[in-house]
Amino acid sequence: MVTDPNNSAAALTVRGLSVFFGERAAVKNVSIDITAKAVTAIIGPSGCGKSTFLRAINRMHELNPDARMEGEIKLFGDDIYSRTVESVTVRRRIGMVFQKSNPFPTMSIFENVTVGLRLNGVRDRKILAERTEQSLRMAALWDEVKDRMNAPAISLSGGQQQRLCIARALAVQPEVLLMDEPASALDPLATAKIEDLIVSLKKDYTIVIVTHNMQQAARASDFTAFFYLGELVEFGPTTKIFTSPAQKRTEDYVTGRFG
Amino acid sequence: MTAPNHSWRNFKNAFMQTLACVCAILVVAPLLLVFYHLIKEGFTSINWAFFTELPKPVGEVGGGMGNAIVGTFVLLAQAAVIGVPVGVLGGVFLSEYGGTKLNWWIRFAADILNGVPSITWGIVVYALLVVPMHGFSALAGGVVLGMMMIPLVMRTTEEVLQLVPGGYREAALALGIAKWKTIVQIVIRTALKGIVTGVLLALARVAGETAPLLFTALGNEHWTHKLTEPISAMPLQIFAYAISPYDDWHRQAWAGALVLLLLVLSINIGVRFLTRDRFQQKA
Repeated sequence: MVTDPNNSAAALTVRGLSVFFGERAAVKNVSIDITAKAVTAIIGPSGCGKSTFLRAINRMHELNPDARMEGEIKLFGDDIYSRTVESVTVRRRIGMVFQKSNPFPTMSIFENVTVGLRLNGVRDRKILAERTEQSLRMAALWDEVKDRMNAPAISLSGGQQQRLCIARALAVQPEVLLMDEPASALDPLATAKIEDLIVSLKKDYTIVIVTHNMQQAARASDFTAFFYLGELVEFGPTTKIFTSPAQKRTEDYVTGRFG
Repeated sequence: MTAPNHSWRNFKNAFMQTLACVCAILVVAPLLLVFYHLIKEGFTSINWAFFTELPKPVGEVGGGMGNAIVGTFVLLAQAAVIGVPVGVLGGVFLSEYGGTKLNWWIRFAADILNGVPSITWGIVVYALLVVPMHGFSALAGGVVLGMMMIPLVMRTTEEVLQLVPGGYREAALALGIAKWKTIVQIVIRTALKGIVTGVLLALARVAGETAPLLFTALGNEHWTHKLTEPISAMPLQIFAYAISPYDDWHRQAWAGALVLLLLVLSINIGVRFLTRDRFQQKA
């Protein structure tokens, strides 16, 4: 496993992370280094703790009052669970895209993309317009919406809505982008677009993606982590995980024998 | 095997269907009955003077309840100033902040308050405001209606906020937006039509209250210029006229009841309009 504490290429260093909901441990003693400007896929059967792991990275699990964590997560050396660090600050540096696309229904396309900036005090229209174009271009949505920026966001198709959510997350310029099954509710064509997008985004961003889709992990990711029953079973380069996994359980899962 | 006889089953089916239909008609019938009577008795007394003039003394024909109509709006405005912010913020607390146990107690209290007889509210505000201020006042009337609105608005606000999908909250928080900004700009904005609907329904509900106003606003034969003076309101004026022995006043009472009903009805129609728009947006 890649757990070298001096790994300078690591955006995120996770050490001994456990997450509990009440008495139940959803993630057990996970240590992992997430490489910067690469795509890391988290795979595993339902209920294996992969979403919980993802949410612990930007402290979203704290929305659940029963949730509690142990261990340490550092983002480029900064302890994100330090007492002096607020969850709001962490989430500005670590963005998230959810399984179900959730553009704000009361807002236009433009307002959706800029909402993170506007509600954090950016008023300058020039900056907002620039950042909107930049984010929508990165999300491969610009050409489709540039002539109707003031149309309601919910008038877009499902795949477009999800790319809009990605653009919205990119607009606040996070360092890491977490994606929780971003394409699982989309048709194959829209899924392919999202995957292309993920690959193109890694030149600027560190991406962690949870997926149920083996092919997606194989196609889009550089590293793959296999979670099972809350534990990190195996972690390594994607090609290795899919062609010559060290663990029997990993092999069984990626070849479709269980899960 | 003999051919099954369905006649008894068919009879039971038809009987139940008819019974349900009759009951459904019984639900609608009172509304039609009320309208029929109010229009028949009250419509002829509605004229320009009814909306603009003061009540005339006994014996003089004509006059109106302009002061009572204005009074009702003054009372409702005061009630809204008290009831809307407290009720909405209370609902926000229940939906977005409070813990399970605390919320249970707050909801329980609000539900009890919603069931408190309105005359009880009147007596409470009489003791709290009218006695210390040495007199009935428009202020006391507004306060009592506002207090009645709080639990109504709080519960409906909580309910519509709960209908906002959690995904929107998560999306906003994941952008590093502070919780209070998420609540104001995302959650409340998404549920705004529902909140406004709840406020309007609460206003419609207290607009017709009479008993609590007897102990607070009291009623007034003249225009009210200060909130510390007693003020008239449509339900009070209707009550005063209806129990009088004069035919002309009875006609005025019918007309007042018709106008009050139309006011409440127009609020309800406005609410229908708002909610219809919301469902269209969802589709």
